[in-house]
Amino acid sequence: MGMLRDFFDKFEPSFLKGGRYEKYFPLYEMIESLALTPRTVTTVAPHARSFVDMKRIMTYVVISTIPCILMALYNTGYQANGAIMALGPDSATGWRAWLVAKSGLPFDPGNPFSNLFFGALYFLPIYIVTLAIGGIWECLFAVVRGHEVNEGFLVTSMLFVLILPASTPLWQVALGISFGVVLGKEVFGGTGKNFLNPALVGRAFLYFAYPANMSGDTVWTPVDGFSGATALGITAAEGPQALANHGISWWDAFFGLIQGSLGETSTLACLLGLVFLLATRIANWRLIVGCLGGMIGFSLLLNLIGSDTNPMFAMPWYWHLVLGGYAFGLVFMVTEPVSASQTNVGRYVYGALIGFMVVMIRVINPAFPEGMMLAILFGNIFAPLIDFFVIKANIARRAKRNA
Amino acid sequence: MSQTRKELLVDPLVDNNPITLQVLGICSALAVTSSLQVAAVMALAVTTVTAFSSFFISMLRNQIPSAIRIIVQMVIIASLVIVVDQILKAYFYDISKTLSVFVGLIITNCIVMGRAEAFAMKNPPVASFIDGIGNGLGYSLILMLVGFIRELFGSGSLFGVTILQTVNNGGWYVPNGLLLLPPSAFFVIGLLIWAFRTWKPEQVEAREFRIQTVEAH
Repeated sequence: MGMLRDFFDKFEPSFLKGGRYEKYFPLYEMIESLALTPRTVTTVAPHARSFVDMKRIMTYVVISTIPCILMALYNTGYQANGAIMALGPDSATGWRAWLVAKSGLPFDPGNPFSNLFFGALYFLPIYIVTLAIGGIWECLFAVVRGHEVNEGFLVTSMLFVLILPASTPLWQVALGISFGVVLGKEVFGGTGKNFLNPALVGRAFLYFAYPANMSGDTVWTPVDGFSGATALGITAAEGPQALANHGISWWDAFFGLIQGSLGETSTLACLLGLVFLLATRIANWRLIVGCLGGMIGFSLLLNLIGSDTNPMFAMPWYWHLVLGGYAFGLVFMVTEPVSASQTNVGRYVYGALIGFMVVMIRVINPAFPEGMMLAILFGNIFAPLIDFFVIKANIARRAKRNA
Repeated sequence: MSQTRKELLVDPLVDNNPITLQVLGICSALAVTSSLQVAAVMALAVTTVTAFSSFFISMLRNQIPSAIRIIVQMVIIASLVIVVDQILKAYFYDISKTLSVFVGLIITNCIVMGRAEAFAMKNPPVASFIDGIGNGLGYSLILMLVGFIRELFGSGSLFGVTILQTVNNGGWYVPNGLLLLPPSAFFVIGLLIWAFRTWKPEQVEAREFRIQTVEAH
């Protein structure tokens, strides 16, 4: 460590004020804080001693996505191998299948190593493109605007990758993360000043710009000619009872061995992440309670109302929980502290609004079988308003008490 | 008169653009810019209406009682819009169907009303006419820019002529569906405003808030 410190100390002066590369200080700072603990200390009272700085929070969130990443690798490979097994070995085309074949692994969904390896071949290119393109934008804005590049981007890029379908073309990945980082975050001033979740902004951009690559039956498993609807697509068309006919049990959906975007299929993996986030107190439990309450309450209400024409009305809440992006959004996006409400009462309301909206969009809007992305963006927009009313109510209450 | 006629004509193009600086007339800029042809017709219609309404209102400016001036202005503008609408229906029926209600809505276009109130009521007819043309051209410029971006990247063509062969027609270009939806014009206009204000920093508005930073004090 001492050697590394010396190394940085040697170069630091030329990046400081008056140095030769003063303009590029953000880039130096990025690399230094990636390698070592930041040395900045608070200069004004109160002098709270805490190691929970931005770097640690963001790193914790990245750590909490590890179960989802592993599941993304496994399930992508599992689905792809399953498709190749069903369609015959001729369908194993492309460089990824070639690499798998070369490595001697069978195209067998029962072989976990083959699944992980095959899945990684889909996950890694998308992740690398996201990091490279998004990183370029981050550095560009950091240098021009003079703020720091921070670890928030690692979270954004990881979440962005996990909510994309495995077959997303790489140029679309690049376009999506550019839109998310620039218009979702940097135009508002960078990390901490974004009122929308940048990863979701990028995803929403791709969803509306290239619907053929972001929704439908053929995008989830990246094997040509294979068509598999997502579980939500099946329920939208045939009702929740039909899931059993398609061989999807509740436990399959819970463990995540179903069609869906890369990292969002496994509720179990998301819950593991949630436990970590709650234990480290990065996620606020009120948001989770609100969002669960809104979703359960409204889906129970719809169960009661019932409908002869729309089978989604009958979908019980425990299916809403495990299908689509609900669990992933609940754990990693509803809890994002910047774009959520900041007051405690507001957090319940904000969560409940998203829980209500996701069921509303899934069940009542026939155009979107999945609603988590739009529901969270909708909630993000309302978060400041919710806080405003909570604070106003508090002021009114105290004024009355002291009148 | 404080401005020369040339200034009246050129000023609203960039320095005092009705869309990017005053942020007026956004509604139609969102709705009609998904193809260049429609945008061009709309731009022409608005320019004509702005110019002639300013001209006639300026001619009557000393006769119009101030208490009912808005009503009188509206009558003049509405008459002109009806003329434009009828001409479009007679000669460009397809385009007039695409523009549908937005031709009629020129009556409520803030740019037309704004120029009548802010300029034509206080200035002689010819200057008002030129001012109307200038503002109409400023509106047209942004409409054409937005239409250019949206049609080129949204459907791979310009004025209906294929430039980028789309995948569906056997080419290589995957059209960006978002650009065909009206909200995309918000992004495009926003980015244009960003570009304009980077180019002309005097257009940047003063900050309403300054985010406090924790520094030693």
